[in-house]
Parts: sequence; C-alpha cells; structure tokens
Amino acid sequence: MKHCEYQQIDPQALSTPTPTLPPQHAVVQEEKKGETARRKWEVFPGKNRFYCDGRIIVAQQSGVLPLTLGLILVTTVLFFVFDCPFLLKHLTVFIPAIGGVLFVFVVISLLQTSFTDPGILPRATPDEAADIEKQIDNSGSSTYRPPPRTKEVMINQQVVKLKYCFTCKMFRPPRTSHCSLCDNCVERFDHHCPWVGNCVGKRNYRFFYTFIVSLSFLTVFIFGCVATHLALRAQGGRGLMFALQESPASAVELVICFFSVWSILGLSGFHTYLVASNLTTNEDIKGSWSGKSGTEDTGNPYSYNNIITNCCSVLCGPMPPSLIDRRGFMPVEESSQTVATEVELAAKNEINVCQLVLCLSVFVCMAHHHPPLGGQLSGLCSVLCWLMSKCTQGTKDLLESASRSPCPQAGKPQTVSTSCPDSIDPADPAVTFNPDVTSDPVAVPSLKCGGRHHSHTTSPPDEPRQLHHHHNRHHKTRSARSSSKRAALHISNPAYNVSLSPPTSPGLGPSHGTGAEEHVRDSFATLH
Amino acid sequence: EISAPWTFHNLQELRHSASLANKVFLQRDYSDGTTCRFQTKFPSELESRIERPLFEDTVKRLNIYYAEAEKMGGQSYLEGCLACATAYLIFLCMETRYEKVLKKIGRYIQEQNEKIYAPRGLLITDPIERGMRVVSLQLLLLLCVCVCERETDKEKHKDR
Repeated sequence: MKHCEYQQIDPQALSTPTPTLPPQHAVVQEEKKGETARRKWEVFPGKNRFYCDGRIIVAQQSGVLPLTLGLILVTTVLFFVFDCPFLLKHLTVFIPAIGGVLFVFVVISLLQTSFTDPGILPRATPDEAADIEKQIDNSGSSTYRPPPRTKEVMINQQVVKLKYCFTCKMFRPPRTSHCSLCDNCVERFDHHCPWVGNCVGKRNYRFFYTFIVSLSFLTVFIFGCVATHLALRAQGGRGLMFALQESPASAVELVICFFSVWSILGLSGFHTYLVASNLTTNEDIKGSWSGKSGTEDTGNPYSYNNIITNCCSVLCGPMPPSLIDRRGFMPVEESSQTVATEVELAAKNEINVCQLVLCLSVFVCMAHHHPPLGGQLSGLCSVLCWLMSKCTQGTKDLLESASRSPCPQAGKPQTVSTSCPDSIDPADPAVTFNPDVTSDPVAVPSLKCGGRHHSHTTSPPDEPRQLHHHHNRHHKTRSARSSSKRAALHISNPAYNVSLSPPTSPGLGPSHGTGAEEHVRDSFATLH
Repeated sequence: EISAPWTFHNLQELRHSASLANKVFLQRDYSDGTTCRFQTKFPSELESRIERPLFEDTVKRLNIYYAEAEKMGGQSYLEGCLACATAYLIFLCMETRYEKVLKKIGRYIQEQNEKIYAPRGLLITDPIERGMRVVSLQLLLLLCVCVCERETDKEKHKDR
C-alpha cells in the first residue's frame, strides 16, 4: 500500500507465518525499484531460446539451420562469383538480377520462419487451470493421472474432439498441437522443421511457404543457369570435361542443386496441395479428415471448398499477433501466480483473509483518529463486512464473527487499539498489556469491538474498561489450513483481568492466544 | 452510496488491491471454426452482479470486433499480398490491421470496465492477456485503495 492517510500497519509486523508473504513483499519492492524488472520471456516455461531481449525466438535446438543457411549461401556465392560473369557477358544482365532477388527472398523468409513465434499458446494461469479442472471432474484425486480428457465441439456441423493438454493445463483449441521438442502448444501446428530450427504454425506458415517456394525457384534457377553456362563453355566441340575443368565451382553447384531440387520441389508441391485444401501436415499425416480413421463423412471442416479462398485465407489472411508477449514486463501478481502452486494459492488466500481483517481493523483505527469520518467509516465497515460475507466458505466463520462484532462508534476514546500505541496511555489501568501478548510476534490488529462489546461482559458500566484483544493468527502449517480454512481468532486477555470477577467473564479464561484455539473460539462464541 | 474518502484512481490499482477475487471464465466458442469468438452464455455467478443484457452486449461487441480483425476481405488480401511482395519486411514497420483492432478492443474493454463493470465490482481482463483463450471476469471484494497522493497520477491517466 502506498502513502495512506491512516496509520499503516506493516504487514511484516504481523509476522505472518506463511512463508510466501515476505518474498512477495520483496518481489513487490523489486518491481517498484524497476532495477530488476523482468521481461516475460525470461520466465517463459517452454523450451525456447530468446535473443535480442526477446525479439527473436528460436527452438531449443537449432537443428540444421546453420547447414541450411550454409548450403544456400555457399551455392549462391559460388554462382555469383563463377557463373554470373560468364553469363552476364554472353547472355543478359537479368540473370544475376533475378538470382539476387530470389536469394534475398530465400534468406529473409528463412530467417523469418526461424525467428518468428509460430503461434505459441501461453499456458493457462493457475486460476484458469483450476476452473477447467472444476468443470471436468470434481471427484478425481490429484495424485494419479486420469485418462486423457477430451471435449467435443461442433465446428461447421461436424464433431471435433478437443484434447486436454496436461503440460499447458488447458483444452487445446482446434488444430492446435503440442510440440514436444519446444514444449509448447502451437496453434494450427503444421510440423517442427529441423531445417528451419523452429515449429511451423499459424503465424509463420506463410513465411515457411514463401521460403520453400522461393528456394525451389532459386534452386531450379541456379541449376538451369549453371547448366547453360557449362553448355555454352562446352560449345564448339570442346566437350563437357573441358568446361568442367575451366569452371570447377559449377560442378559443386550442380551437385548440390541436383540433389536438393527433388526434395525441395517435392516439398513445395506437397505444401501447395495442403494450402489449397486448407490442411496442415499434422492433420494430413494423421489422416484426421481423410476418413482413414474416421467412420462417417469426415471432411475438413475448416476448408472453404474453394481452392482460391483456401489459398488466400492461409497465405494472405490477417497476420495474428503473438500471444506470448515476450517483451512485456512481468506484473507483480502474475509473477507470484506463476510460481504459486495450488497449495500456495490457498495459503495466499489465507493471507488475503487476514489482510482483509487487517484492513478492517485499520479502518476502525482511523475512525478513532478521525472522529468526523467515523460515521462514514462505520458505513464502509458494514459494507465491507457484507462484501466479505460473499466470499469463500473458509472465511465465512471469521466474517460472521467479525460482522457480529459491532462496528466502532466515533468519539469513543476508550476504544483503543493496540495497533495505535501512541494513543494508549500506559498509566491507564484499563490498558495493561499482557506481556505475553506484546512479546507475541503475532501482533495485534484488533477487531475493535468498542463500547457495545463491553456490554457483553456482565461487569457494571462503571468498571474499568477492559480490553479485548482479538488476535488474528495465520497458521504456519498447511495442515492447519487443511483442517480449517480460517484464521482463528484468539482472544487474549491482559494480565490484569484477574481483577475481573470470574462470573463476569467466564469465557475470557486465561487463554493467552498461544494454544487453546477451540477454547478460545468457544469463549468468543459465548460473548456473542 | 457511501462517500468514502478513498476513490479509485485507476483500474490498475484496483486490480492490485483486489485481494479475495473470484474469477469467472468465458471460454471460446468454436462453432464457427478457429476464428475468435467467445461464448455468450451468461454465467450463473454473475447473476447477482450484473444485468444480463449488459453483459451479453459486451461479449457480442467483443465478438464483432474480433470478427472484424480476422475478416478476410479486400483490405486484408491487399495487406497480405503487399507483405508477400516485400518479403514480409513490411511487418517490421507497419502496424497490421489486426493489431489496430486489438488496440481498439483494449480501449473498449477499458471503457466498459470504467463505466459498467467496476461500479458493479467486476473487472474484465482483455483476452489477449490470456492467450485469446478466455475472457476472465474478476469479482472484486475489496474496494479501497489509497488517497490523495495519487491525484496527480489520476490526472495523467485522464489525459491519456
């Protein structure tokens, strides 16, 4: 909380036993300083690598990308150095020009395919995952892995099964697949290409297609030019061997081009077919829509049944944005969420409960300090109580007791909170702290139950006022959390309460807030 | 209405101070294929919080915006062909239509939050922050944030 008007209670003074709070606090401090602010790519859960501060994304293994680049570069450089001068002289200037353009296209589209986010889906946040789990199965235990979950949806009057991804904790959208090499779910997953060193998915499919088409053009072009070159040299009855001796580099180019042209042309043809029918390699290989595995008519529900529309939608469609936001900064809650397990989240809720109670008590304190606001604050207090009553069951008990405890009234100087030590008059006999209490590290926002609360005790009104300290305590252990998801209210009495006549406060036994929860709870209950 | 001395300064602060927040998730509607649409089914948890027509209106509007972003028409084909002709280098300098519509959606959600949802104790999260998988609505329970010191920030936010 930033600069507030009311007296701020340092959460660390609460000495919450839950270990996650101080680190969270530290994280918050860090984020605010901005010195160690982290970008999202630094905590990306997949197996990708990032360069240039998140601008460039590649798979974990670059595969044979260097080989691909190397082959292309070597062949083209050799072509320009050894074949182009001859062809320039004997044929036309367009040959190197076309070669240059094709080469530029190939390299740029290759780099874009390799370095672009293919359409990675960010993993589900813990809240989402919990929501989905709730929808699927309420009774399954979390220790064993249940059979693969599927959800059926109707797409274009056809039933499509969506599978649940255990790694990403969500139901995969249609046409999405999980790449085990990159450990990500990728939208419209085509395949993981080792030549390119990245997955090919929705966002970089058009780059990939441009790459293989332009590469096949380049390969064919170079092959043709080199063949022409050699043929021209071998003219006049001098023979092929003579031509090869004169230009040995051409032989290298011929060999490379010859062996790659078949595979590249084949790949281009295959992908042209896929584009025309709006299929992915993944679907084609698995035979999802060809009826091999299916029974009824399983046509492709995504196809527009028109070649041109299919081509346009795949290649010229709008470019979807990257969903993983690599260069964004980690917000505070997200960073704590990404590390929070289910259990920690529950512990966090517990902290939140106590923060709420803390805030409530702070309002009350403020009411004391600023009497004119008291009326407003009491109203706000009641609203808060109502709001809190809407929340989880685990806090309901706490809130019931809190709501029953009457809100403070303005202008009652005797309603003193231990959190406002400056207002306490040590000389006041009514305000004697139990040394155990003050030394108790779990101090002391008090739910102020002011004058009216005193009426619960049967002491006469002119008796010295007593202080009822209601302590909130977090349970250190999670077993405590599992037993009851509530912050227990401890009632601790000042040492002087021995001055009370025993019948007046039967419930306020000598419990000093250390053990005796149930006893305390009962006693609290008797007060109301 | 309670005139508390605390006021909202911006929704970011509100988000930070929402401690005990329950979340409701609206999942995607795939009946039309892989285009981005969200289910307009009214969740039962919101029954007490917001009126059904308001909610459905918001979701329908969001769906319309997403459809506009993904629409394949003359403009998107032109953009695609131009991009292809420049070896897609144009994406480095130009903002695509999709990105423009996403910004519009972000502004729309912000406006809806300020006008309709925050007063009812709800907060819509932009789906882009959740990978376009869900529209998440946060049910807020804690209302107060801090005062006066942030007045200047509020002015700055308004100017934005």
